[in-house]
Amino acid sequence: MSTTDLKRCQLSGRGIPVTGNDIDTDRIIPARFLKAVTFEDMGEHAFEDARKQNPEHPFNQPVYKGASVLVVGQNFGCGSSREHAPQALMRWGIRAIVGGSFGEIFFGNCVMLGIPCLVATQADLEWLQKAIGRSPQEPVVVDVETQEVRFGDRVIRATVPDGPRNQLVGGTWDSTAVLLDAGPAIEATAGTLPYVKGF
Amino acid sequence: MARTLLDKVWEAHTVRTLPSGQTQLLIGLHLIHEVTTPQAFQMLKDSKLTVRMPGRTFGTLDHIIPTTDQTRPYADPMAEDMAAHMYRNMKEFGLPLFDMATGKQGIVHVIGPELGLTQPGMTIACGDSHTATHGAVGAIAFGIGTTQVRDVLATQCLAMAKPKLRQVRVDGTLARGVYAKDVILAIINQLGVKGGVGYAYEYAGEVIAGMTMEERLTLCNMSIEGGARFGYVNPDATTIDYLRGRPYAPAGEAFDRAATWWKGIATEPGAAFDDVKRIDGNALEPVVTWGINPEMSVGISQRIPAPESAPEAERPTYREALAHMGFEAGQAIKGATIDVAFVGSCTNGRLSDLRVAAEVAKKGKVARHVRALIVPGSQQVARAAEAEGLHEVFQAAGFQWRKAGCSMCLGMNDDKLQGREMSASSSNRNFIGRQGSPTGRTLLMSPAMVAAAAITGAVADVREILK
Repeated sequence: MSTTDLKRCQLSGRGIPVTGNDIDTDRIIPARFLKAVTFEDMGEHAFEDARKQNPEHPFNQPVYKGASVLVVGQNFGCGSSREHAPQALMRWGIRAIVGGSFGEIFFGNCVMLGIPCLVATQADLEWLQKAIGRSPQEPVVVDVETQEVRFGDRVIRATVPDGPRNQLVGGTWDSTAVLLDAGPAIEATAGTLPYVKGF
Repeated sequence: MARTLLDKVWEAHTVRTLPSGQTQLLIGLHLIHEVTTPQAFQMLKDSKLTVRMPGRTFGTLDHIIPTTDQTRPYADPMAEDMAAHMYRNMKEFGLPLFDMATGKQGIVHVIGPELGLTQPGMTIACGDSHTATHGAVGAIAFGIGTTQVRDVLATQCLAMAKPKLRQVRVDGTLARGVYAKDVILAIINQLGVKGGVGYAYEYAGEVIAGMTMEERLTLCNMSIEGGARFGYVNPDATTIDYLRGRPYAPAGEAFDRAATWWKGIATEPGAAFDDVKRIDGNALEPVVTWGINPEMSVGISQRIPAPESAPEAERPTYREALAHMGFEAGQAIKGATIDVAFVGSCTNGRLSDLRVAAEVAKKGKVARHVRALIVPGSQQVARAAEAEGLHEVFQAAGFQWRKAGCSMCLGMNDDKLQGREMSASSSNRNFIGRQGSPTGRTLLMSPAMVAAAAITGAVADVREILK
């Protein structure tokens, strides 16, 4: 794939609201599913226990099938570092997440998968969640480059810190190649560290 | 200008500034375990990449392994498959694996410090959110996801943004019966589970300075539960004494040279922080969580708060927590009946944790309705505890003495809650479903308080048992 295919400047798709704060990665994907040695089947287990306990869970509702923009509350993805959580959401169909704040490891894992996580105000999130509930077929436009989310004729501010935004917009979020570009500077840096070269 | 440990370690490990503006950060020590790595190795193979610095990655088996019979093949075919992948990958890429046969196996955050792999001034990454544990010796240590594990294997680097730095000062003196676990639970309660997002926490103050290394490991371990991906304590005489003689620490004169360098990376007097928070250590009592995230806690003498006492945005979570836990607002936490007691995990599975739990276990027998497990954090912890006869103390009191692993902290093996069981747990997370049952309930507390709950059959004040 060229970097053109990897650029995450703007995404558009139907929305799905998951309300509540502090939704941890154990909730997104319970630990028993981490026993698989691949991520392939994670999508079908996204929010599995929460869905079983709550038939009204948005991930159970046919109206949200095919949605790709997840709108959440504060501290979404806190807790465990399991990449299985964003993998499950991605394989379910999520391409972008808009929320109040994110668990930092979860946020970083999303960047590594090319999934932008944007931060909006509580008031805007509540409005957007309700608006999606009223018009679930309406597309949500997530503009990473201009840091905006558009729904109908309303535009809300939704930010991504400079570093990850540059990676997403520039198509360099899959970072192995970028890191390898440093070449021998990696070994040179290691060589300056007393615990590497020997005390 | 006076500099912080974070400044110095970050600068020393900076390979370059990336086009995105982030730092290409060299990772000095990479620790891996069986659960978050098989996909990373597969990605490496798919991309035809090799491990850039094989001498800087070490592995263990901890998350999925049974704590009863550890002979292979494991009874659970998925656990066996995962272990088999770990053995195969480590062999193929020439990486050392601390498995059971080495006598050094254990929870990754227990064995790193124990073996002296974890050293001050390092950058340390691991596919596990509790990696900040290693910050206790003065390292910048943090959890990463599986694709980032691939990057560390392939490049020994990560693309990272430098966090802001908050000093969390705990001054005063801890009362008897109040432990490092109570300190970190109190910090999370006061600063919140989101309070640390974007920050590294530097723990300082009289209480921290007086802590043993094992207590500091407990403290730093739960940084992520307060939202902080990084947490550390500046290296001091306690750190240097702890590292002396450990298998992977420098030896002889090299140790003295290392100690000089380690002391030199500590935060300098007068250095500026983005933020400073203060906690009064004198005011702390044993802490117990009552809800579904680690911020929802009270002192043992207190009552469970009403949702109306919380900011409006938090009230739905409070209501959900009360409903899940089956508690009423205004109910005393003391006296809440438990079904399971668990001492172990990367938070509280070290020798000092088992010693204090055993001291309490000597005061009684496990209540008849309680299932109680002691799971040492590593084989070395288990051997040291057995040499002191702690296993006999526990067994005589009715606790099960298990083999080392993560066990019921996250319930990936057979050690799980059943149905709505209520667990008194020395682990780190009380999330819904965390201990293996979707409807299971967790009360986080210190190992001493877990042992007290086990012999009382309900949440108890360990100070009344130890007096």
